[in-house]
Amino acid sequence: MEVDRRRKLLSGWGGAPVSSSDVVTVTPGRPGSDGRPGSDGWQGWSQQLRRPPEEGVIARGLGRSYGDAAQVAGGTTLDATGLHRILEMDAVNGFARVEAGVSLEQLMAASLPLGRFVPVTPGTRHVTVGGAIAADIHGKNHHVDGSFGTHVLALKLGAPGATLELGPDRDPEKFWATVGGMGLTGVVLEATLDLPAVETSYMEVDTERAADLDDVMARMEASDHEYRYSVAWIDCLAKGASMGRSVLTRGDHARLGQLSAKQLRSPLRFDPRVKLQAPGYVPSGLLNRFTVAAFNEAWFRKAPRHETGRVMPLGSFFHPLDGVGGWNRLYGSRGFLQYQFVVPFGREEALREAIGRLSSSGQASFLAVLKRFGAPSSAPLSFPSPGWTLALDLPIGDAGMTRLLDGLDELVTEAGGRIYLAKDSRMRPELLEAQYPGIHAWRRTRDALDPDGVMCSDLCRRLDVSGRHGGVSRCRSALSGDYRHDTTDTPPDRPTGMTSMADPAAERDGGGAPSYGGTGEGHAQTREGDRLERRSR
Amino acid sequence: MNDALGSPQSVLVLGGTSEIGRAIVRALVGERARLVVFAGRHPESMDGVVAELRREGASDVEAVRWDANAVGTHREVLGGLFSEHGRFDMVLVAAGLLGDQKVDEHDPESAAGVMSTNYVGPAAAMLVVADLLRAQGQGSMVVLSSVAGVRVRRSNFVYGSSKAGLDGFCQGLADSLVGSGVRLMIVRPGFVHTKMTAGMKAAPLSVGADEVAKAVLAGLRKSSPVVWVPAAMRPIFAVLSLLPRGLFRRIPG
Repeated sequence: MEVDRRRKLLSGWGGAPVSSSDVVTVTPGRPGSDGRPGSDGWQGWSQQLRRPPEEGVIARGLGRSYGDAAQVAGGTTLDATGLHRILEMDAVNGFARVEAGVSLEQLMAASLPLGRFVPVTPGTRHVTVGGAIAADIHGKNHHVDGSFGTHVLALKLGAPGATLELGPDRDPEKFWATVGGMGLTGVVLEATLDLPAVETSYMEVDTERAADLDDVMARMEASDHEYRYSVAWIDCLAKGASMGRSVLTRGDHARLGQLSAKQLRSPLRFDPRVKLQAPGYVPSGLLNRFTVAAFNEAWFRKAPRHETGRVMPLGSFFHPLDGVGGWNRLYGSRGFLQYQFVVPFGREEALREAIGRLSSSGQASFLAVLKRFGAPSSAPLSFPSPGWTLALDLPIGDAGMTRLLDGLDELVTEAGGRIYLAKDSRMRPELLEAQYPGIHAWRRTRDALDPDGVMCSDLCRRLDVSGRHGGVSRCRSALSGDYRHDTTDTPPDRPTGMTSMADPAAERDGGGAPSYGGTGEGHAQTREGDRLERRSR
Repeated sequence: MNDALGSPQSVLVLGGTSEIGRAIVRALVGERARLVVFAGRHPESMDGVVAELRREGASDVEAVRWDANAVGTHREVLGGLFSEHGRFDMVLVAAGLLGDQKVDEHDPESAAGVMSTNYVGPAAAMLVVADLLRAQGQGSMVVLSSVAGVRVRRSNFVYGSSKAGLDGFCQGLADSLVGSGVRLMIVRPGFVHTKMTAGMKAAPLSVGADEVAKAVLAGLRKSSPVVWVPAAMRPIFAVLSLLPRGLFRRIPG
């Protein structure tokens, strides 16, 4: 089968770091067209996974993770946006079965007219369901509804060894390793999600200004539980007495009785148009501490001091930035990075210290987002855990940024918190295991799903998430085979001098090229042996 | 991998004994670099540096033998280092000789040695490195050029012309790398106080090796194609490049 493959330069939404890889678009084919059970025509990637390039394979959706999670330098990036079919939508029982490349916008457009919404939405609708699962994303309702993964009823995973049906009640270990697993357990192909009922596509929103950090934290602690959605926009450039001044917006889906006569004419209307397009070229440095401070000031003053019961379209509440197409370009060619951490309840002093350092550093931080997380999911690599989370954008370029963020990383880790992997692009790898204590168990499950270490990303190499890259920084290729970029059925060329290459057992199944589709026990053992041998080199 | 701020985790240094190169590596180890391999003619002289970098947090430091002028061995030696260590996020090209202009002007062999060590050897090695980094899909090359190559002067034209050749080569190579995930940054220091320049009369705006390192880190963060050290060298050389020949020749030094 011929696979369309192009070498392409990729980065996350922040624009850095950049790397190039072969990009293969995954397209849904006719079920069973290649006769393999469970591989309903995932022609592009099933070919790839059977003959992976040495540098690894990772799936990519709409590229909204900020750092390097959905790219693999020198390897193969599977563009999953080709998997864009909504397979089943049950408005009565409130669930949908969709392909992994379906975006939340597409899902909302299909479900809202039927009176159903998505269970969790981040600050943008332009994320795929597959990516939402892999990063176990959260939204403004985390304190009530938990993360995206807790709303997944079942999923189909294209792991390198086999295609698996997983769910919280079906092979839960592998399911939870995939939720939040940053794509490193395989490619999510399909998922079944629960869809909450809504009467309208409008939100009823209360807005209030908080004078400083203590004020906003007290208000959130006192009354967050009264709202389904809650978030505070915090001005990290404000200093002194107004340090941490914020605008708190909280709300819930509006009921029919709250709509105006005009809104009632189409209460489930959903209009996802982009209103503005960011210019194609913006010089780096346009967003600096002066322009950003001016923006933050204007934004704070324009917010109502206290307003209740305002009814607005849900797009304005959840996804204000989606109204500006390509807003990430406003940071110029150098790009920006997003920094998000969580510290547990009871460690509020770490949050105060962090905001204090940010404010006194004068780094040009756009409106940051402060939120309280609720109960965690069962996924070992899931980011949200009970506590305070702060997220902010910083333009790349300012000197002093490295020291500031390295210091914050340590502060957060010491407080028992962690950094969000889907946003990270610079963390010190040494901190990963302390932040995610469940990672050792996760690695065991991952190794069972992907014994050859086929799945890999720049993020995985940079932080050694999989634990297969020889500890921090060695970035050895974790694969035991040197697979050339060919798609024919002849065995790939094998360089001499590498023991693992000469292993005749690898030839056993299939008789020709080693098959990554094979699931035989002997196969797995052979590969295990290869790996140990390579590690001991 | 290189992170969003351009910090590499693994670094290969071509021309291990360069003092500027070492200062840059020290700064990189202060960030994310944990694997450092020095390739140079005298690996045995590197023990002190290796120990120092280990103390400063590098987990893996070694020095191997490599001769910039042994062009025929580049593919094998450099390719071998890449396959042994998996990948290098950055290759720092620091091989170079100042030479002695007064001697070199009348000694073709000595002059050719300077030209070869500064230009032919490193440039040939960079061709190999560029292919290896392209295959990796990500990486950076940082090349130590010099303001002496921007407009070559009477007083050091052997060295200056070799740096001019290297600098021009790098500009073209950098353009050929666009879209590959690999970038090349040219560093053009002015007079740097090092062993190599000890005893020489310092030119105006002279800097220390640590200042060059600092500028390199800033350049990596900002993805600059060219870094001048100090930054004032850029406008100065913009003017010097426009001076009429007769006037330029008369500038002392």
